[in-house]
Parts: sequence; C-alpha cells; structure tokens
Amino acid sequence: MTFGLRGVTVQQGGTTLLHDIDLELSPGTLTAVIGGDGAGKTTLLRSLVGLVAPTSGQVHSTPPGCLGYAGAASGVYRDLTVEENLRFAAAAYRLPRDLIGQRIAELLEVTALAASRARRAAHLSGGMRQKLAFACATMHHPELLVLDEPTTGVDPNSRAELWRLVARTLADGTTAVFSSTYVDEAARADHVLVLDRGRTLTAGPPETIRGGVPGQVVRLDGVTSEAPSWRRGRIRHAWIAPGARRPAGAAPIEPDLEDAVIVAALAASATRHREEAP
Amino acid sequence: MRLLEARELVVRFGSVRAVNGVSLAVMPGEIVGLLGANGSGKTSTIRATLGLARPSAGHVRLFGAAPSAGSRRRLGYVPQTLGLWPDLTVSENLAFIAAAYRTPPPRLPDDLEPVADHIVGRLPLGSRRRVAFEAALAHAPGLLLLDEPTSGVGPLERTALWDRIHVAREQGAGVLVTTHHPSEAEHCDRIIAMVDGRVAMSGTMSALLDGKETVVVTTEHWPEAFTRLTTAFPAVALTGRAVRVPAASMAQVRAALDGTDAHLTVAPATFDEVFATIGRRR
Repeated sequence: MTFGLRGVTVQQGGTTLLHDIDLELSPGTLTAVIGGDGAGKTTLLRSLVGLVAPTSGQVHSTPPGCLGYAGAASGVYRDLTVEENLRFAAAAYRLPRDLIGQRIAELLEVTALAASRARRAAHLSGGMRQKLAFACATMHHPELLVLDEPTTGVDPNSRAELWRLVARTLADGTTAVFSSTYVDEAARADHVLVLDRGRTLTAGPPETIRGGVPGQVVRLDGVTSEAPSWRRGRIRHAWIAPGARRPAGAAPIEPDLEDAVIVAALAASATRHREEAP
Repeated sequence: MRLLEARELVVRFGSVRAVNGVSLAVMPGEIVGLLGANGSGKTSTIRATLGLARPSAGHVRLFGAAPSAGSRRRLGYVPQTLGLWPDLTVSENLAFIAAAYRTPPPRLPDDLEPVADHIVGRLPLGSRRRVAFEAALAHAPGLLLLDEPTSGVGPLERTALWDRIHVAREQGAGVLVTTHHPSEAEHCDRIIAMVDGRVAMSGTMSALLDGKETVVVTTEHWPEAFTRLTTAFPAVALTGRAVRVPAASMAQVRAALDGTDAHLTVAPATFDEVFATIGRRR
C-alpha cells in the first residue's frame, strides 16, 4: 500500500511547523526530504511515525509494528552497548525469542559492528552510531523505514556503507524515507520533497526537478548581472527568470539538482517579498 | 608566505601514531579542505599545527614561526559548536568576542541588523552560523579554521555562508576547512584526504575526480543486480533504480551480473564514490 501525507498542517503554540504538505511514498521506493534547520523535516517524519498529530490533513502510515524509525541523533541509547541496544530493539518490536539471536548476528554482520558489540554507543564514531540506529530500526523487517538525518556528521566512507544498507532494504521491498540538509544526497532517491519554512518548495523525481527549472540558469564567469546569483566554488551561477533578459556573455548551463533547489528557494523568496510589499 | 605549515608531522598518543608523517600547507588566498573519517588524524594534525598538541616528530609553523599564543591570536576559528554565548544577544556576543581580540566590534551585515538585539540561542541555525562567522572575522584574521562550516543549514543559506568565506579569501586570508560533504568540497582550491594518520590523496577537486569512472547498471531486475554486484564489489551504490559500481570495468561488471539482463553505461565518478573508496580501511 502507499504511505504518505495528504494536506498535512501541523501547528504548535501558534507556529505553523508544516503547511498543507502532500507526500506520497510509493511501495519499495526511497524518498528524500530536504531542507535546512527549521524547514520542518523532523516534524514531517515525526508525523509520519505518529509522534506528532497533524492539526489538519491525513497521515497514511503503517501500524507501529511494521514501522522502523531512527530519530535525528537519538536513534540509540548511548549508555547501552551495541548488543544491548539491539536486544532492547528486539524486545520493543516483540521479536519471537527464538529468532532474536540470529537476527542480531545478521545485523551485526551487515553493519560490520560485530567487533564493537560490547562497546557503549556513546563511544562509537558518528558513522557507527548511525549504522547501529539503522540496525535497531530494521530489526523487525519494517514495511516503512523512516530515517531522520542519517548522514549528519558521517564521513564519506561510513556514509557509503549506510546507503548500501538502505539499498539492501529497498531491494527487499521496504519503503524508505530519509531527511537531509544536503541536496546532493537527494540524487539517490526516487522522489524528493524540498521543504522551506514548513512549506513545499519543490517536489518530484530528481530529474523532473532539474528539468522543471523556470527560465534559465547561466554561468556568470565574471559578467556582472542584476539577476539573483549564487556561488558554485569559484564561479557564480545566476537565475534568469522567465521573461528576464540574459546578460551578454553569460552562458546558459544545464542546472544540477543543487541549482534547481536554489532557484526554487529564490523564486519562493521573491513571491514572499511581493506578498509582503505594501 | 605559508600561513600554516606541517612537514613530516608525527603525533603519538602512547604507542598509537595518530598522525604519521603528514605534510600540508595553507597559503594566503586559498581554501584547503581537510577530509577524513573519525580517527583519521585530522583533529590531531590541526591541534599540533596550532601548538595545542606536542608533535612527536616533524616541523610545524604558524605564520612562519613556532606556534604561540601570539600567533594563535591571528587565527579566526569557527568550531562546530559555533563558540557563541547562547544567552547573550547578537551585539553582546560580537562586542565580547571583539574585546577579547582587542578590536572594535564589527558592523553587522544589513540583513542581520534586525536581529542585533535578539538572544543568539533563539535564532535559527543559519543566522547563528552567520553571527559566528562575523565574530571570527572581526579581527581580520590571516587564517580561518572552519569545522564543517555549513552543517545543518539549507541550500540558500549555505551559499550565503560560502560567500562570506570567499570574501575573506579574496581579502587575502587562507582558509582550512574540515568537511565531509561534496557541496562544501567544491569551494576548496585543494583537498587533502587523510586515512589512518596519513595523507591518502591530495590535489584540486577536478584533478582528484578526473578520469575516475563508475559503471552504471540499469535493469528491471535491479534488486537481483544489486545483490549480485554487492557480493562482487565492495563500493556498490543505488541511485534511484540504477546500480552504480565505482572503480570497475564494464567487463568485470558484466561478468558479476552473471547473465542478468541489464544495460551498462560509464559515467564520471561522484565525490562520494572517489572518497569512499580511498577511505576504506584495510
């Protein structure tokens, strides 16, 4: 079945954390929720796992027993050892007693944490802790796996391992959703939702978002321009909105996902300014 | 002049060589990215070059002399925890930090002016990071040390933070950035990647990525292809429904697929693919 959110708004203490969010998680796919601090990523994932009740709209999720969730920075108990964390997860998900040992051994092997089974989670590196959180969240072969910022503070090597673990669960038919502040990570996903201040900035498969940039993206190469621009290393890219004139000498380029998301943010900010203007 | 330099640096903790023969330098006007897993020796290297850890062997220089409290005063440092007082306002933080460096407090950029009297701890992370940058740059440091400087912020805020770093660079500062992410590494003139206390790879991003290729496998039977390929190659990844196999040849991939019907192409390797491969422990 398809999981997701329809028209979900979350308000808390007079603040709108999410505003009218639609998100469809097709079975067996990977979805990325991208945005900065305060964009609403955690609120969205928490509403999907039932930890936040929407003020309006509908949430379609699994029963708690078919759901795996690793919260941002707190997916594991730091005072417990690796193995104790796994045993705790097995008990919490009510795994049949005779299957627990085998499942834990399996997870220790795929996450390469077997040698660290007796170490306290507090003493693991960021990458190892995220793999442990992943192992706990997938203990019971969930139908829906929800990972809040799984790669924050994780080096490229551990990050690659983590993505391989996610890919393995997708190959087994699990539906997964993760959040990140980094746009490049969204390229791994089948579907991307970019949030800004609780609202949808843009959404769709990565290639649709890239292909759907309104107007043009150009390389400035030292050309001065009034057009909104941003830095990509030593060069600047600029957005020429539909109907605006392209500055002479600025070459149009094929925007990547990062460019496309920045253009969406610029367009939203221009709209906000127009609405706020007297 | 080299702003910061280490030659054949060794840092030992007991019998462990945390840093094992590292040489690096940061010149004025350049951004150098330092990459490495936890425990690769990044932090010990930085601490030794600043004179905060004693090298067991090798040679370190900060602004051309042995590191000292005086030379460290010419540094601007933004730690991951930002180093701000969360219960003071933006102006109070800047005044306090500028006073510690005996310089006048910096003028706030126009867009931060409206939050000058706000308590720092209540600002969004993007604004807190901007304030930390202004605080670190107030005394016009010759060398900036930034620890994952744009972690946790959105794409547009990230480009604004990098704009500020590039302005300092254009004014002649050298910048040493520790980072894990391609969207930060693309701003670096040079990358130094550390593994197990040594420099495993260094050069410009384009040189490090140049010629590195990945075989891209597209097939309806992707779960089967993924399973077969992960058994044969350690660094396989899934991007959408495509299975990517870095550092392998078409023929090797074809053989490992063992008859699974698939379409194979070759694409340039990504940052993650190149750096995950070198970071792999023996």
